[in-house]
Amino acid sequence: MNINLTLIGQSITFALFVWFCYAFIWPPLVNALEKRKKQIADGLAAAERGQHEQELAEKRAAEQLKDAKGQAADIIAQAQKRATEIVDEAKDDARTEAERIKAGANAEIEQEVNRAREHLRKEVVTLAIAGAEKVLKREVDANAHAGALNDMAAQL
Amino acid sequence: MAGEGQTSSEYIKHHLQNLTFGKFPEGHERAGEWGLAHNSMEAKDMGFWAIHLDTMFWSIILGVLFLYLFRKVAKNATSDVPGGGQNFVEWIVEFVDGTVKGAFSGRNAMVAPMALTIFIWVFLINFMDLIPVDWLPQLATLIGVHVFGMDPHHVYFRVVPSTDPNATFGMALPVFALMIFYSFKIKGPIGFASELTLHPFSSENKLVQLLFIPINFLLEFVALLAKPLSLSLRLYGNMFAGEMIFILIALMYSGGLVLGIFGGVLQMGWAIFHILIITLQAYIFMTLTIVYMDLAHQTGDEH
Repeated sequence: MNINLTLIGQSITFALFVWFCYAFIWPPLVNALEKRKKQIADGLAAAERGQHEQELAEKRAAEQLKDAKGQAADIIAQAQKRATEIVDEAKDDARTEAERIKAGANAEIEQEVNRAREHLRKEVVTLAIAGAEKVLKREVDANAHAGALNDMAAQL
Repeated sequence: MAGEGQTSSEYIKHHLQNLTFGKFPEGHERAGEWGLAHNSMEAKDMGFWAIHLDTMFWSIILGVLFLYLFRKVAKNATSDVPGGGQNFVEWIVEFVDGTVKGAFSGRNAMVAPMALTIFIWVFLINFMDLIPVDWLPQLATLIGVHVFGMDPHHVYFRVVPSTDPNATFGMALPVFALMIFYSFKIKGPIGFASELTLHPFSSENKLVQLLFIPINFLLEFVALLAKPLSLSLRLYGNMFAGEMIFILIALMYSGGLVLGIFGGVLQMGWAIFHILIITLQAYIFMTLTIVYMDLAHQTGDEH
């Protein structure tokens, strides 16, 4: 229970220990704690941001899907319209072609008729001549009356 | 376990004497020589220029142990997932930091490390009280007798530095010095002086105020001095009483089998209770230090 030099020794020891703790122990530990606190806060913030971004992305994806559907519907509508147009055009073409073919056929038929008529006329002339020959027999010289006969044939 | 030929009172006295190294005063057979005191009279006569080797030894060993362990963790401190040691140290650091933040309103980076040092150091020092009272002194006696060739009766060895008022005052005095230093630094000499003289009694009347100044100073000065005294004497008193009870219980071991077993049960009970006391005393010492430092840093007039 004697107060002596130990008091001074203890005071110096205490001061040294406090200084050592102040200089070498406290700062790194508190820094580590602060850093970890910050890391956790950052992590939480990042998680929240990620969630937010995911929500945004989902919204954007839904929008794009809607757009795509709309575009697809437009394209289909256009295609249908175009198909109808093509069909109509084809019908028109076919109709004109048919008209043309019909006209050609009609002309041919007329030609045929004319040709048949001509032929028939010649036949009739020949027949008539033959008949006249039979009637007139020797009185009509084919060569002498060729001019008259041809005139007759032309008039038929 | 009173040794051979030791009475109970001798046993207790032996346990309460520090291993004192100093200069023998006039009138002793070894006057003028430096050496270890062989009894409490000699230790007392050595006066101020003597040193308690056991107190210094244990407090330095324990302090270095604390600094070594914490430094090892602090050097490898990582902000990633902490290991077991770092977890433990961080737990203590956060506890001390929380206490400092709660009680200390000033700005001083030194207070928290000082509080940590006080808490752990005082705790470790107090913890020595839980080691059975005869183990380390007996070991010291063996070493003293066989290594240094000493008389076993001259090997005094106290293991708990906080039962030595030198150790507790040795911690309280630097705290007190810091209080005075920061009071001067933060409040200024005039602010500090007015804090000591203008409270608790004050008056609008200048003459009355002048009369109050000595009274105030007396009250405040006593209050100021009481701070380091209460800080150190509280720790010393508690630990001394605790050690005393352990010594008294240890006396029972020489009183036969039944008394010995009873003493063993008592010692265990007291040790378990004492765990609470040593922690509490360390915590109180730390908290009071923080509070006193806070008072030294307050500049306002709130009282």
